[in-house]
Amino acid sequence: MAAATHPSVEQVWGWLSEVPDPEIPVISLTDLGIIRGVEWQGDTLVVRVTPTYSGCPATSIINLDIETALRSHGIDKLRLERQLTPPWTTDWITQAGREKLRAYGIAPPIDGTAADGVLAGRIARMSGANLTIACPRCGSTNTEKISQFGSTPCKANYRCKDCLEPFDYFKCL
Amino acid sequence: MPSLPDMTTPQVAELARHQAEAHPAHPTVPQPDEGQEAFFETLLRIGDSALVLGHRVSEWCGHSPALEEDIALANVALDLIGQTQLWLGLAGEVEGQGRSADDLAYLRDAWDFRNLLICERPNGDFGHTLMRQFLFDAWHHELLKGLAASSDPRVAEIAAKAGKEVAYHLERSSDLVVRLGDGTEESHRRMQQALDALWPYAGEMFLGDDKDAQMAARGIAPDPASLRAGWDATLRHVLGEATLQIPASDFAHKGGKQGIHTEHLGYILAEMQFLQRAYPGASW
Repeated sequence: MAAATHPSVEQVWGWLSEVPDPEIPVISLTDLGIIRGVEWQGDTLVVRVTPTYSGCPATSIINLDIETALRSHGIDKLRLERQLTPPWTTDWITQAGREKLRAYGIAPPIDGTAADGVLAGRIARMSGANLTIACPRCGSTNTEKISQFGSTPCKANYRCKDCLEPFDYFKCL
Repeated sequence: MPSLPDMTTPQVAELARHQAEAHPAHPTVPQPDEGQEAFFETLLRIGDSALVLGHRVSEWCGHSPALEEDIALANVALDLIGQTQLWLGLAGEVEGQGRSADDLAYLRDAWDFRNLLICERPNGDFGHTLMRQFLFDAWHHELLKGLAASSDPRVAEIAAKAGKEVAYHLERSSDLVVRLGDGTEESHRRMQQALDALWPYAGEMFLGDDKDAQMAARGIAPDPASLRAGWDATLRHVLGEATLQIPASDFAHKGGKQGIHTEHLGYILAEMQFLQRAYPGASW
């Protein structure tokens, strides 16, 4: 492919915004904020991807999905690179992504509540109150944490004490 | 280390050194690169501790007292294995012998592992597993804080990534230690028993050797002893709330970081490495 006929970087971002996250398919990889860079190096397209959790089993599926999607758009010289810095946090999830999560029944993360190592305050809080997470179905804040881990490593398990529905909370990292 | 021909032979560095002493003028004796060797060893210590504890915790999968705890333990194990891939991947890069993280995890024998002994302790009951996790998490958290400031940017970025995960591991294990310690008479008794049994394995986390000293001098990793104050503070806080008594003894089993292990590690490796040993190169 000659340099002049490369699909533009914006076009590639557009294609990537249509690739769903394999575990939470309502949001795309760009909503999730894990695509860190797209650039042409000569005739090779380089896509830099950051992992959500270092042990996330979806990482290799995500790479495969990116490759499949871009190849289907005719890109044959492609390289995926892992980029760890800056580390992914839930703050990278876009506003649109948060709305999609809520509509899907997953409470989106609350910014600034990630476990950041300021432990004294957190431990003090721990024995008493939970963070207030609103139920994505009825909006009630009368909810309780059941488990720090839900159906995937990135989610915690909560229950609404008003509508009695259990739900996932995309916990902060 | 990169100049050594065969890293899978146990104690090859030691053999090379003995040979070099016996035949100082011999031109063909390989000389290990001291700096890289210490760096490689340090990465193995961090990576192997995450790997062996991750494997231990994964043994709970399908056996926990409640579904939520089963999922939680499996996820903590998964984080640790993910971190292992990063640490051992870097170890292979530093070693420069073309070994991948998988090669290091699956194709070394017990004497080549450098994990802390506390990581290979048997799980015991659920409380015992959580106490081990808490003692480890509190140390791991301090270690990663130090490593995030490493003079080697590859170390710093892995530590920054892993530190975010370990912060919630510590939050979870602290929470459960408090709930079980300050729980029923039975749960309190078991948690105190677990703390007493695991205490002699905690001291190794803070013991340094010449390799640690080299790493600290080069700003690559913190001096193990410097992690003690932060760890002590976390323990006082959490164990105090859990109404548990911190043992007075400072006796510490040691040797894991130098490759001298308890009988338990061999059984872990036998299970973990079976597939790659029986079917070399198998993948899915």
